[in-house]
Amino acid sequence: MQQHQTHAELAEQFNRDINRVNWHDQTLWMVREKRDKAAQQVPDWEQLRETASQIKNHTLAHLHAYLLEFEQQALANGIQVHWAADAEEHNRIVHRIIQEHGVDRIVKSKSMLTEECGLNEYLLQQGIEVVDTDLGERIVQLAGEPPSHIVLPCIHWKKEEIGELFHQHLGTPKGNADPDFLTRAARAHLREHFMMRRVAITGVNFAVAETGEFVVCTNEGNADLGAQLADVHIACMGIEKIIPKRNHLGVFLRLLARSATGQPITTYSSHFKKPGPGKALHIVLVDNGRSTRLGSDDFRNALKCIRCGACFNTCPVYRRSGGHSYHTAIAGPIGSILAPALDMEKHADLPFASTLCGSCTNVCPVKIDIHQQLYTWRQVLIKNGHASSTKKAGIQLTGMVLSKPWLFRVSGKVARWIMRTFPGLMNNRFNPWTKQRELPMPPKQSFRDWYVNNRSHD
Amino acid sequence: MHIGLFIPCYIDQFYPQVGIATLELLEKQGLRVSYPLEQTCCGQPMANSGFEHLTADCSKNFIRNFERFDYIVCPSGSCALHIKEHVHDDQSEEKAVSIRKRVYELTEFLTDVIQLKSLSAKFPHRVGLHQSCHGLRGLHLAQMSELVAPKYSKPEQLLKLVDGLELIQLDRQDECCGFGGTFSVFEEAVSVKMGQDRMADHLKNGAEYITGADMSCLMHLEGLLKRDNSSMNVIHIAEILNSKA
Amino acid sequence: MTSREKILSAVRQNQPGEIPMPDIHYPDNVSSNIFEQFVKTVTGIGGEVIHCSGYPEIQQHLQKRFPEPARIINTINELPGFETIAEPSDPHTFSNVSVTVMLGNFGVAENGAIWLTEEHMLNSALPYISEHLALVLHRNSIVSHLHEAYDRIGHADYRLGTFIAGPSKTADIEQSLVLGAHGPKSLIVFLVN
Repeated sequence: MQQHQTHAELAEQFNRDINRVNWHDQTLWMVREKRDKAAQQVPDWEQLRETASQIKNHTLAHLHAYLLEFEQQALANGIQVHWAADAEEHNRIVHRIIQEHGVDRIVKSKSMLTEECGLNEYLLQQGIEVVDTDLGERIVQLAGEPPSHIVLPCIHWKKEEIGELFHQHLGTPKGNADPDFLTRAARAHLREHFMMRRVAITGVNFAVAETGEFVVCTNEGNADLGAQLADVHIACMGIEKIIPKRNHLGVFLRLLARSATGQPITTYSSHFKKPGPGKALHIVLVDNGRSTRLGSDDFRNALKCIRCGACFNTCPVYRRSGGHSYHTAIAGPIGSILAPALDMEKHADLPFASTLCGSCTNVCPVKIDIHQQLYTWRQVLIKNGHASSTKKAGIQLTGMVLSKPWLFRVSGKVARWIMRTFPGLMNNRFNPWTKQRELPMPPKQSFRDWYVNNRSHD
Repeated sequence: MHIGLFIPCYIDQFYPQVGIATLELLEKQGLRVSYPLEQTCCGQPMANSGFEHLTADCSKNFIRNFERFDYIVCPSGSCALHIKEHVHDDQSEEKAVSIRKRVYELTEFLTDVIQLKSLSAKFPHRVGLHQSCHGLRGLHLAQMSELVAPKYSKPEQLLKLVDGLELIQLDRQDECCGFGGTFSVFEEAVSVKMGQDRMADHLKNGAEYITGADMSCLMHLEGLLKRDNSSMNVIHIAEILNSKA
Repeated sequence: MTSREKILSAVRQNQPGEIPMPDIHYPDNVSSNIFEQFVKTVTGIGGEVIHCSGYPEIQQHLQKRFPEPARIINTINELPGFETIAEPSDPHTFSNVSVTVMLGNFGVAENGAIWLTEEHMLNSALPYISEHLALVLHRNSIVSHLHEAYDRIGHADYRLGTFIAGPSKTADIEQSLVLGAHGPKSLIVFLVN
């Protein structure tokens, strides 16, 4: 991903292929509709969201105690616990464990944390091959791309393109684009990797402080196959994945898959509590900026995220700009409030890649105020100097005009006169408004002019 | 009851007929309405661009113009919401707080405050209602499609009082039109695509008019319709409710 | 300072003040017939439900469904026939298993999930590596929703516990649902009295 291209530029490129935009939008809207249908079948849905939100709020307020409790219980269960202050340390820890077992090829199931940390690239540099085993992730991995969606990693790929990709990499017959056939081909290809690998990495959906266990949710069963066939299971998690009690899983698992795909629950919700006989189980607890965000009243709330992706599917901008336009591991509305906290300079454009329509906040199963945070991030970014000088000058001028009633009236009158008299001056290809839209027809009289002539006034 | 009429800056400049319809509609209900002459803007264009710190003078001007009224009514959900959420005054914050509580968007004022039950308006057309996001998800003018909660819609409730009006159903009940203030220029490609899709939904379902409680969204849609030489038009809900029987 | 200390100290310093833990509300109107709801939900997520009078019937069914030379692994003492395995075994030896039969601890009506713990798996790779999976469930061991499920699990100790809801699946290619991604291609639930 080129760092200098903004969301607006990348989105403009995405929009050059209108059929693809329509297809992308409609596919994701279908997922949003499935989510709605699933939620409607749970009469206590809104209560459930509220409870989930409160559990997360409570957990964040007592995170120190719950982290200690989790560590203590996990150690007692025979799990090896590691702490990583940042992405680099996380990658080093994982690499060290792999090295200790003397292997150079591993399997990995979906983990947005490892995407955030750039684990695959790091391990590759150390000479370790990582095979992503989630079908969608494997597809984008073969294509040399990052995932474009946290739940549906290759939602931007058409089956014909996947058929061609598999033809090149897996030797499937050219021109076969049947999803059933391609999935079977991937199953056979990945089964070989599962059978050979001694180290498996998984993500973590929830870690229970009370019991020291952690839960991994998948539909494909790839996390389980990897973990059960390997001698070593490394589970990587952000410190915000802790929940206090086992029975809280009832709340979150009722919400997660319904929000994500409209399923009542994922096929597999595996609770890993102890290592198998003769096997090793590791957990890497990663901070990478989370403890700092915990201190922010404005942005703490984003740590409640359970990575369901519902905000992606409902976001009218995401659906029409594609995940890669966000140039960050986690795209979409939630990515737009997470990414600037990691690198404000690089991601300064993302909080502006939204109309602030608020749909994301409404679908969020843990009630993160996503669109409010997008608004607040805008204020923070501008205060930190992340605005172009022309934009800044334009807004400053607008602010000045609008704060002085006489100036507003005079400018309005002049502007309307110019627009009426020289329409070409405003209506040209350099004006982004008029590239594909007409300007309103400016009237001779403003409402105020009319009012002064037609009503008595002070 | 003395009502202060808050006409957003772009309506004042580009859509005076919407301001007139709003004023006449309120007057028809026997209400005393005044338009404070020194009003300008709520400050939203700056704030949504990240420059909330530059809106202090706008806020002060707003408070100066409107503090004397019992209710402040505005034919825009977005501007009403901005006042409700963001008007401040460092010198006298209690004035700002009090103002924030008295601001109403036009349709919610009609359904909730004066509880309008009948209208003598006629608009014999097929109309699609575009639920603008700030009015919908900020002011809760209607139930939001994302929530599992009983359905209601204040604008629809009013449109049903209009003689001859046929309200069409949309495929996507409350999808954003892509205006988004400065989003419409800084993210031109996505903004336009969202607007075109919104247009297509209305067209497909047989609308002759797109109406709504926010002229800014309608201005964006109007720009697209005109460029497309479409026979569909936009019309602010106040104009429909004020149409002659 | 170690990273552990650094993280914990930053968390302690930055975490906001006391926020109470909420109570979990149970759904008010649960289905009056959770048995029917369970069957419907399992079917809806791609599973198959077969009502059986007892283990001999299950045996017959499996023999018919998976004729020789299918490799059928039986982890249930009460179920006659088929291959039984020694514990512990190398999971890689199960790569050619056609179907494994296991006892489910209980089922959940709202989502069709069945709770399994490793004591019923004999080898914890089996539920995932087998080409098909058959779970036996007693008709009276179905709870309404997940909150009840966790009440039932309580403070149970296990090495691995899992909810399995239907066959392994993916929709990663253009949102077309395909059963049998990496795990079992089908799930049969035998409901016995």
